[in-house]
Amino acid sequence: MAFIEIEHLEKTYQAKSGDTEALKDVNFSIEEGEIFGIIGLSGAGKSTLVRCLNLLEKPSGGRIVIGGQELLKLTDRELRLARRDIGMIFQHFNLLMQRTVLDNVCFPLEIAGVRKRQARVEAVTYLEQVGLADKALAYPAQLSGGQKQRVAIARVLASKPRVLLCDEATSALDPQTTQSILQLLKEINERYRITMVVITHEMSVVEQICDRVAVLEYGRIVESGRTREVFDAPRTDAAKRLIYTKAYSETQSEGSGI
Amino acid sequence: MSWDTETIKMLLEGVRDTLYMVLFSTLFGYLLGLPLGVLLAVSDRDGIRPRPVLYRILDIIVNILRSVPFLILLILVIPLTRLLVGKSYGSTATIVPLTIAAAPFIARMVESSLKEVDRGVIEAAVSLGAGIRTIIFQVLIGEARTSLLVGVTISLGTILGYSAMAGVVGGGGLGDIAIRYGYYRYETGIMIVTVVVLVALVQILQAIGMMLAKFLDRRRV
Repeated sequence: MAFIEIEHLEKTYQAKSGDTEALKDVNFSIEEGEIFGIIGLSGAGKSTLVRCLNLLEKPSGGRIVIGGQELLKLTDRELRLARRDIGMIFQHFNLLMQRTVLDNVCFPLEIAGVRKRQARVEAVTYLEQVGLADKALAYPAQLSGGQKQRVAIARVLASKPRVLLCDEATSALDPQTTQSILQLLKEINERYRITMVVITHEMSVVEQICDRVAVLEYGRIVESGRTREVFDAPRTDAAKRLIYTKAYSETQSEGSGI
Repeated sequence: MSWDTETIKMLLEGVRDTLYMVLFSTLFGYLLGLPLGVLLAVSDRDGIRPRPVLYRILDIIVNILRSVPFLILLILVIPLTRLLVGKSYGSTATIVPLTIAAAPFIARMVESSLKEVDRGVIEAAVSLGAGIRTIIFQVLIGEARTSLLVGVTISLGTILGYSAMAGVVGGGGLGDIAIRYGYYRYETGIMIVTVVVLVALVQILQAIGMMLAKFLDRRRV
């Protein structure tokens, strides 16, 4: 059994104006330590999909098994514990603005019940890993976008996750900063064998770090395979559109996926 | 009436009584209003634990309490005041209606402050496995702290205004002096001085509150 198993995942948003099917019978599996990309145009359901993986969004049906645990069958308490194993980083970083960088990294340790002193010592080591130890006492508002994402990465590492969900994590960053963040993610993947799910509309991101990729269109996975293979010989129209208009899609900046 | 030491003493006592009423009413108001505001923010449709029925009930209660004119409330709660304080006039007694008027007002202020907190930050906390208590105290209250402090400042000012109104029924403090001397005895001088002192008090409280809020805000460089 793979480390992450998604079976028949469905998500329907109900509204007075009619139901919207955001995800339709989505199936895939990810091996431990893999970096798995999910690409698609805006509105394809990428964000909904990744947010279902830690139940920020409640699926309407299907099964989500991560590390042998079936998420939809957990109690609230079990789910909170499971979430510590499933980290997430966001397009807009989502740091606590009233806390220092160090205290942001301490936050998951507080949740885990680590003593303050111990938490600080540990937090510093994570900040060192993302190259921001010198900013420990700064506030997020004083940092650049790339630095904020590094803090978010240090924070998520502090909860020692086995999975990292990246929801458009580089979409708000310039190309150069994107490169450095991708490199950092790659390092983390190799060092801790953290399984990663990378949601993006930037093809170059997928090309650079993903082992495998799935193409999402109108809430369905229309194509998936090894990144190289999909990029070299896309079979479906959706994949061709995404890959052949790569240059175009990169100049597009996508709005908030939240 | 001449401006002798008696008058000055009376005014100083008025200031003392007013501050006593306002500070304690605000304190008690927050003891009731803060949890109520948290409950409102948390149970609303897009809150972290949506409970539409509970929200609706609290919402209506708060609205009803807020729409009762303070002067009427002052009289309506006299039996309760007697029960709690033993008498229905004077500064201590006035704290009871002031608290009852302040709590729903404060609850609304708290609710709106907490609703300003970025959804993304709350989601990040949820994704890290934070429980509801952590989210309320560390994320909602922690992140909204400057806004909450501005709320305290506004509440102090509003309650100060209410406290002056309580002078009509012998509530004590500056409002009481303004009514007794200025209104009943036509001593306009004293009335004006009292009003000026009230204005000064609001200004001072406002300035201190805003300074603190700014000092504690880390969102700007």
